[in-house]
Amino acid sequence: MKFSVTVTLKKDVLDPQGKVVQNTLVNMGMSKLKSIRQGKHFEIDVEENDIPSAEKKVDEMCKKLLVNLIIEDYKIKKI
Amino acid sequence: MKSSVIVFPGSNCDRDIAVALEKMQFKNQMVWHKQTKLPKSDLIVIPGGFSYGDYLRSGAIAGKSLIIDEVIKAANSGCLILGICNGFQILTETGLLKGTLLRNKNLKFINRDIYIKVMNNNTKFTHKYKNDQILKINIAHNEGNFFTDQKHLEELKKENLIAFKYCDEKGDFNEDSNPNGSLDHIAGIFNANKNILGMMPHPERMVDEVVSNKDGANLFLSLLN
Repeated sequence: MKFSVTVTLKKDVLDPQGKVVQNTLVNMGMSKLKSIRQGKHFEIDVEENDIPSAEKKVDEMCKKLLVNLIIEDYKIKKI
Repeated sequence: MKSSVIVFPGSNCDRDIAVALEKMQFKNQMVWHKQTKLPKSDLIVIPGGFSYGDYLRSGAIAGKSLIIDEVIKAANSGCLILGICNGFQILTETGLLKGTLLRNKNLKFINRDIYIKVMNNNTKFTHKYKNDQILKINIAHNEGNFFTDQKHLEELKKENLIAFKYCDEKGDFNEDSNPNGSLDHIAGIFNANKNILGMMPHPERMVDEVVSNKDGANLFLSLLN
């Protein structure tokens, strides 16, 4: 069972990389661009048939290692 | 005084700190991260470097290694722990120190001598310094931008847990003297019991006038007495 996990910096944490990417796109003429926040993406394959228990395992992985909860938020999605 | 330096794949300041400790008459041992037992130590040092290539986040993988369980046990029973640079990042990832280190505000790796001010000399790590003493010391990092939540920042201030702050040569705090954008200019912090110190600057590089200065020496001399 496969899941995607998206990790992004929390709203009030400065994201200098996102800012640089944003400025570059604006300089390239993408004038409608409002904002960009850069993040990380994981694809996780779990050997499990039951969706809730697989999700629980992925959530545990996020909390214990993949995400730094002080500065990052995450979203789990089944794919 | 017995010290242990923990070595991870990618540590690169482990020999420097060992040389500094031995120069100061510590009886030092190097401990590989896969060991499950720590030698009896009065001081454990987590050195600088790029453990596990900074994969995932700086210090994240090293923070889950086998030896870290022993370091956490030792820390909780009062052993002195010093984390320098990547060592500071690892200590925040283990939860032994709160907060985290973000990418430098200017997105550049910074390697140069800067100034820091001693904010609390009433600790086992800093009592040989004077309060407000200004030290010239080297930094070499890409993720040194200290960040924490408001509650922890208040606690750091109220309980005197800020060890060092970035300043200029005269000791003033301003944007130019904060090389990496750290919250409140913070360069190093203690835990609540003050037996753990995490700092981004490298005191082990400042123990010999031939190569630099001796502004870091009093940190090790403090620990000895």
